Amino acid sequence: MKPGPFRYHAPRALEEAIGLLSEYGNAKLLAGGQSLMAMLNLRYVMPDDVIDINGLPDLAGISVTDDLIEIGSMTRQRVIEHDAALMRAAPIFRDALTHVGHLQTRNRGTIGGSLCHLDPAAELVALCMLYDATLTVSGKAGERRLPMAEFPAFYMTPSLMPDEILTRITLPRWTEKHGHGFVEFARRHGDFAIIAVGVLLALDRAGNVARCAIVIGGAGAAPLRLKSAEALLIGQRPDPDILAQASATAREIDAMDDNAYSADYRRHLAGVLTGRALRQAVECAA
Amino acid sequence: MTANREIAVGQEVIGQSVPRLEDAALLRGKARFLDDLHAPGQLHAAFLRSPVAHAHLRSVDTSVSRAMPGVRAVLTLSDLRPSLTADRIPLQFRNNGLPEAITPFVLANTELLFVGEAIAIVVADSRAEAEDAVDAITLDLEDLPPVADVRDGLATTAPRACLDRANTYRDFELSYGDADSAFGDAPCTFQLSIKQHRGAAHPIEGRGILAVPDPLQDRLKVWSSTQLSHEARYFLSLMLGLDETQIDVAVPDVGGGFGAKYLVYPEEIAVAAAARQLGQPVKWVEDRREHFLSAIQERDQYWTIEVAADTDGRLLAIRGQMIHDAGAYIPQGINLAYNAATALPGPYVLPAYQLSVTVAATNKVPTIPVRGAGYPEGTFAMERALDGIAERLKLDRAEVRRRNLIPGDKMPYKTPMVSRSGAAIVYDSGDFPAIFAQALEAVDYPGFEARRTAAAAKGRRLGLGVGCGIKGTGRGPYESATVRVGRSGQVTVHTGAMPMGQGVKTVLAQVCAEQLGLAATDIKVICGDTTTVPVGLGGFASRQTVVAGSSVFRAASDVRQQILVAAAALLETDIDQITLNGGFVACPGTNCRFSLRDVAEIAAGSPGYALPPGVWPGLEATVNHIPEGLTYGMGAHAVEVEIDTDTGLVTLLRYVVVNDCGRAINPKLVIGQLHGAVVHGIGNALFEFMGFDAQAQPTTTTFADYLLPTAPEIPRIEAIIAEYPTPTNPLGVKGVGESGCLPVAAVIMSAIEQAAGLRYGQLCSIPLAPPDLIAALDAARG
Amino acid sequence: MTHTAETLHTVTLTVNGAERSAQCTARWSLADFLRHELGLTGTHLGCEHGVCGACTVLVDGKSVRGCLMMAVQANGAEVRTIEGLARDDGPLSALQKAFADHHAVQCGFCTPGILMTLVEVLGDTPDIDEREMREALSGNICRCTGYQNIVDAAMAAAKACR
Repeated sequence: MKPGPFRYHAPRALEEAIGLLSEYGNAKLLAGGQSLMAMLNLRYVMPDDVIDINGLPDLAGISVTDDLIEIGSMTRQRVIEHDAALMRAAPIFRDALTHVGHLQTRNRGTIGGSLCHLDPAAELVALCMLYDATLTVSGKAGERRLPMAEFPAFYMTPSLMPDEILTRITLPRWTEKHGHGFVEFARRHGDFAIIAVGVLLALDRAGNVARCAIVIGGAGAAPLRLKSAEALLIGQRPDPDILAQASATAREIDAMDDNAYSADYRRHLAGVLTGRALRQAVECAA
Repeated sequence: MTANREIAVGQEVIGQSVPRLEDAALLRGKARFLDDLHAPGQLHAAFLRSPVAHAHLRSVDTSVSRAMPGVRAVLTLSDLRPSLTADRIPLQFRNNGLPEAITPFVLANTELLFVGEAIAIVVADSRAEAEDAVDAITLDLEDLPPVADVRDGLATTAPRACLDRANTYRDFELSYGDADSAFGDAPCTFQLSIKQHRGAAHPIEGRGILAVPDPLQDRLKVWSSTQLSHEARYFLSLMLGLDETQIDVAVPDVGGGFGAKYLVYPEEIAVAAAARQLGQPVKWVEDRREHFLSAIQERDQYWTIEVAADTDGRLLAIRGQMIHDAGAYIPQGINLAYNAATALPGPYVLPAYQLSVTVAATNKVPTIPVRGAGYPEGTFAMERALDGIAERLKLDRAEVRRRNLIPGDKMPYKTPMVSRSGAAIVYDSGDFPAIFAQALEAVDYPGFEARRTAAAAKGRRLGLGVGCGIKGTGRGPYESATVRVGRSGQVTVHTGAMPMGQGVKTVLAQVCAEQLGLAATDIKVICGDTTTVPVGLGGFASRQTVVAGSSVFRAASDVRQQILVAAAALLETDIDQITLNGGFVACPGTNCRFSLRDVAEIAAGSPGYALPPGVWPGLEATVNHIPEGLTYGMGAHAVEVEIDTDTGLVTLLRYVVVNDCGRAINPKLVIGQLHGAVVHGIGNALFEFMGFDAQAQPTTTTFADYLLPTAPEIPRIEAIIAEYPTPTNPLGVKGVGESGCLPVAAVIMSAIEQAAGLRYGQLCSIPLAPPDLIAALDAARG
Repeated sequence: MTHTAETLHTVTLTVNGAERSAQCTARWSLADFLRHELGLTGTHLGCEHGVCGACTVLVDGKSVRGCLMMAVQANGAEVRTIEGLARDDGPLSALQKAFADHHAVQCGFCTPGILMTLVEVLGDTPDIDEREMREALSGNICRCTGYQNIVDAAMAAAKACR
């Protein structure tokens, strides 16, 4: 099980990498490689050129300001997991990252690689959707920014031009006091989730829901925001009845069938896990 | 040999958890597995495999691939024919009553029968280049309808899995007592439909072979990661038209077997034939995808049984049918189905039994035994039946088992069944109710209801399952051992036994060391090398400690006697005055002592001089011990589970296994075997599923899709050794390599039923995935 | 079928403290390079798709899948493998010895990857508890042992590290 032959390029500057990407038709960008290398070994993908961006300067790093979290696309998952400022600003990352693969894959895997691979159940993709992240990409035509909601084009395919590289992920911080919940269901520790649910939730002084975001991963081609439930909860006291109503909406989502799990089971899980994540978030927000 | 050691060793070696001889090399990365071997000039092989489950193979175009960089040869069956005596590998292991033309081809002929069947072998300078050339071969195929489900293949209108033969390989019936009359007026009768699936073996090291031809001498040296080196030599010689003097098989360190390496495969023949044609060494290392596609599996059995019991819950009879998915070929007989059928009664009194078995074809990779070898399937059926009785008669599940277990005073217990050799199945020793009671005590069975209630108060749903199994171990007809004291004083054991992780070398060294007054570390053990071991059968059926251990024991006893005779000549005293300890023979009370090396020197003789009276040339004995039938080790299991009724998640909280090993040579190693087997059973119960679609196309061909259990899913396992020495071998030992996996799935299902409030005996399809549990809960709610 | 012309890359890295250099094409994984170019066959390949963990080695102190990294990417890196845990002529390391003492090795094929994972885990979190240890080992599959003795050996080694 060896990869097909390819040429290897290790650009030292972003412009050089973009140049290589636009020059070669059948090229693959190599970030942490924790999905791509396996796909190369299995010959699921057979690029002629592999452009390794691990040597590019300035693509890795985390900065946390009063209202923004900025993460370079080549930041390793393990670095994110251990970044104290990020964990204070967005503690849901810690809960989510414990589910991301294994120690060895987090040591290499990057947030940008995870986003561009766009596995429907990937935790980091779900978190970016939860935070309404803004993605910065660079290409021949220069730099552009796009909202996370527009990033997935279709199944496991980001809306990037062939010469574009994801460089930066910007998350607006929830600066108000808020709670979070992240729950996922997988058969084994570290497996891709069958369903994962993330919740951010803030209460007003009266104890009613002031702001809420809910994301469900693993159900469809890309993680989806449960807007109906978010709207339902705003202004409400988060008692068991309303939380049950909110999680019931998760049972109505479009979900995919595959060899292992039916759409019905995924919807069922989405409902169950949404309830659990909401309860966690409410408890944490109080 | 350690010089001048005074510590007493020998008599206390057996029964001690001595450190493994194997560990240092493995822990330092210095062990030698198949792919670690490098022969000068070696080339690398890759196979083109069938992309479809059933098709006519009209033509293979290798012209492009032959011209690719690094490619030395691209060979199909017709290209290999000059080096082969036959297209098909003969049936391995004698078996009567099977049709002709059912064994695999070395490479596919004109009809492709499963996805993964090897069609062509590419030999190149590197594996990567060989795979490039595989991708460049084009096939002209005409699709044929496949049989994807063994049951569908039995319909009169079904397509044939192979055009030349019917889909049924063989029907047989196992029957004793009068089951039909027993059902006549039985107060408690019910039916169970059982679907059992066991996946593939998945040793972490796949199969592999390195064939090194020696054109000068017309010889072939083969290294194979196999469980049966002597059978490999025989089948290679048969297929290549060589005799035993022309071919040797050696086995490097083996990274697990579990049944997958207990077969001589088409790939091995093809690699050896290609190496001979090219006159250069060729290596093939199976990758994980190839293991999914082409290594044997156990897969599917469908049981439909009726159970009859009296009002006390005692079994009266079981009757029914079983359909066994044998796959596209029969490489080695139908022992898997036969074992499953004969395993059903297990450690229980079953007065009447009648099972009709159909062994039939699918367009899937062939099935032969994986660890457990059919016994888990038979055990599952019986344990589900006992739970069904408990459910219907409102009896405690443990009580039902107590009432049906063969009483301790009935040993030895002759069952009405015969093994595949035709010999009666006789349970030789053990107190089954006592072993069962020990498991209940270890899991605190009486205290469980309180634990369950306390957990329920916190919203947690717990369940407990108990059950038993019994495995025939130590299968014959023999195993070889030569024990030798070399002139250096080094003691060696040569045997046909084949280690693949169990610690066989350590165990055999312990047995030998005890006889010779040495420590296990003093003994070198050489396994399965056909250059130094003339005959042998290898590693299977939990047999090595039993059969090879007995051979080593007897050979070492003989060598001990030879040492004493020669020592008597050296020490000029009577044999009964001599001690043999720590590498020395001595006369207690005198300063007279000699090393084993000195003794070996006497026995080696000196040219022209007579050996001392009674001294036999060389200190050496060979014994090929022939066991008297199988020896049966009974085990009792208990598991506590917690279920999440919302997601269907099953969490195992604790696991207890008590298993009779006759006599533990090395208790730590026995426990290790039980741990591993239990976890294999957990995989079968909850995780491992080899999926195929309606076209018999495999859908789980990576470790991301086929779920082997990992550390977080596994609970603490409390493994307890019971010792009921068997009279059937001189060591009193029983095998433990497989027995730990027998009732695992059954006890887990029983525990889940309790936790979920389902009917006992209801969950009859394994593996049970979370959606299956949700579906069962939904159905129960109506 | 057109074929991409392959070029040879020179890879120079430090392995177990010694500088090593060899040539390979880009498609060689780090694991294959260590095994077949440098002769360090203690690192094993069990699945080649990043799940089983048998090929785990340390690159610049971090455990990684040797099958999911190209050898060219390790150019200039500091690599540690199973062969570096103890000197050939010296005693086993405490971790290796714990594995022998607890019978945490059966066939031993997965063992090198597990030991290399544990080198990092024990270095980072010697106060780890059993549940965390099982999660830390979740990226390494063992078919023989059932994990319990591995976990016990790892916990004993962790205790000795504290």
